[in-house]
Amino acid sequence: MGVLIFLVLFIAASIPLSWSFRAGLARVLPRHMKSAARDMPLTAAFGIMVIAVYILVAIFAPLLAPFPERAVVGTQFQPWDSTHLLGTDRLGRDMLSRLIYGARNTVGIAFATTALAFLVGSLLGILAALRGGWLDQGLSRFVDALMAIPSLIFALLLLTIFGTSVLTLILVIAAVDATRVYRIARSVGEGIVVMDYIEAARLRGEGNWYLIRREILPNALAPLVAEFGLRFCFVFLTISSLSFLGLGIQPPTADWGSMVRDNATLITFGNVTPLLPAGAIALLTVAVNFVVDWQLYRASGLKEQVG
Amino acid sequence: MHAVLIMILQRLALGLLTLFVVSVVIFGATELLPGDLASTLLGQAATPETVAALRRQLGLDQPAPVRYWAWLTGVLQGDFGTSLATRRPIADMLAARLGNTIFLALYAAALAVPLALILGILAALWRNSLFDRVANAGALSAISFPEFFIAYILIYLLAQSGYFPSMVRLSPAMSLGDKLYASFLPALTLTLVVTAHMMRMTRAAIINLLASPYIEMARLKGVSPLRIVLRHALPNALAPIINVIAINLAYLITGVVVVEVVFVYPGLGQLMVDSVSKRDIAVVQAIALIFASAYVLLNLTADVLSTLTNPRLMRRK
Repeated sequence: MGVLIFLVLFIAASIPLSWSFRAGLARVLPRHMKSAARDMPLTAAFGIMVIAVYILVAIFAPLLAPFPERAVVGTQFQPWDSTHLLGTDRLGRDMLSRLIYGARNTVGIAFATTALAFLVGSLLGILAALRGGWLDQGLSRFVDALMAIPSLIFALLLLTIFGTSVLTLILVIAAVDATRVYRIARSVGEGIVVMDYIEAARLRGEGNWYLIRREILPNALAPLVAEFGLRFCFVFLTISSLSFLGLGIQPPTADWGSMVRDNATLITFGNVTPLLPAGAIALLTVAVNFVVDWQLYRASGLKEQVG
Repeated sequence: MHAVLIMILQRLALGLLTLFVVSVVIFGATELLPGDLASTLLGQAATPETVAALRRQLGLDQPAPVRYWAWLTGVLQGDFGTSLATRRPIADMLAARLGNTIFLALYAAALAVPLALILGILAALWRNSLFDRVANAGALSAISFPEFFIAYILIYLLAQSGYFPSMVRLSPAMSLGDKLYASFLPALTLTLVVTAHMMRMTRAAIINLLASPYIEMARLKGVSPLRIVLRHALPNALAPIINVIAINLAYLITGVVVVEVVFVYPGLGQLMVDSVSKRDIAVVQAIALIFASAYVLLNLTADVLSTLTNPRLMRRK
């Protein structure tokens, strides 16, 4: 019952917060962005607000956290009190501090992975669309083959082979995810390369790199940015799940997935502390999804015109 | 009927080809290692003799195509080789667990599919109403939640107070009812995750159709909204909905891994996670092949079924 009450309270508190955040944003932003800020739905305002808070927490983690990330500062599983606001974990480390540092580690690693996947996937995808021929065929069939295997299963297979460390984790997830980005980038690119202005630039004698950088990327950016949000959520959830399974980010690094795993026994005693890192993961994905939904809605514009 | 038969045979051939490629990828992944499996498994301190002995034992002194052929013919006869960690035949380790995992996936599917279809159709019917908004926000949140979060919330709400067991113990002697009760929480977790996806996609497919002229016509004739959805929109939405169901059943395959670990469910997913941390590549390969085959087969079935419900798809390139 407590969880439900908390949920209702949380929603009740977030509505006026996001409303005032939106109002504030509309006031502060330069004129051409003002109308977008004013017209955005509350869910999107909420999403942007949450993302902003996460970024701030990640940047200022050492200032905000009352205790160091890895230091043992108390006994095991201390309950919530005034020094350890959220109690301590299995080894006696401060939960709140680890939660704050987790924003930096978990989100940072997920972001780096997504960025890497996008760099590789979108460049290859657009190049395949631009060049066509054997390059396109070869890459696309290769990606098809990799995509026939569920991504989590493929990631687990690769992690067995290369072992589990943060670097292999980033590379493996980025490689798996780049196949999905490649697909999107290629199909977006296909629509653009048949345009007259690409033909004109080609006739001017511009090279592939110029075409990608100056002609295709600016036009492909809007769908790719929305996709970036979705892929980030996916990567973030995958990395959290792997860390939760003990195969991702390794201790003593503070990370939300492994924090849930380490302290999960508390839940069966009716203590909600291990749910907090999981909730932090969920809240960020919800927030990103809200913003992406709004962006997609803005991009299509006619989604709900029916009836 | 002739064209249908050809189509099905074509898809089957394509599916077999995909399975073949998948098996090559899963087998070939070990070739990506710098050095080879034997030296990686034994670590830095191993003497050249022990490495050579392990290589001979694993058959690594044979060329890769020969090893692949031996592995593939073994798998096709139900022989997955022996585990590197426990030295037991992998087929024995998999047998009981495969059944358990299939049971869990079917259980979740039986709960999720009707629930998702009903919710999706209602949301499309009453779109932009309060129900639609709440269902959508709920679905979006459920999609965003990591599986283990949902699982632990359920444990907190339902297991901690003793309604359902939070750890699943299955034995072959249990009756169906006992099994269903024991694995209710993992099945419910999977249901919640999958229903959200399926509901959103069903709603989108039906709303998409509601924009077509023949629906407009039916509406102008004065047909009731429920009848429009059930009689006019739904039959044409079957193809996308079948796809949605198949995609999500395929999604169950990966969702099962995390959920099995949370509930200590004796299935393939848990064995796979254990084997990954032990770096027991032979077992991981075997399970990955099973999961990937199920995934390919589901997609194949969906492809054939959705083509059958929509004959126009038959003429595509």
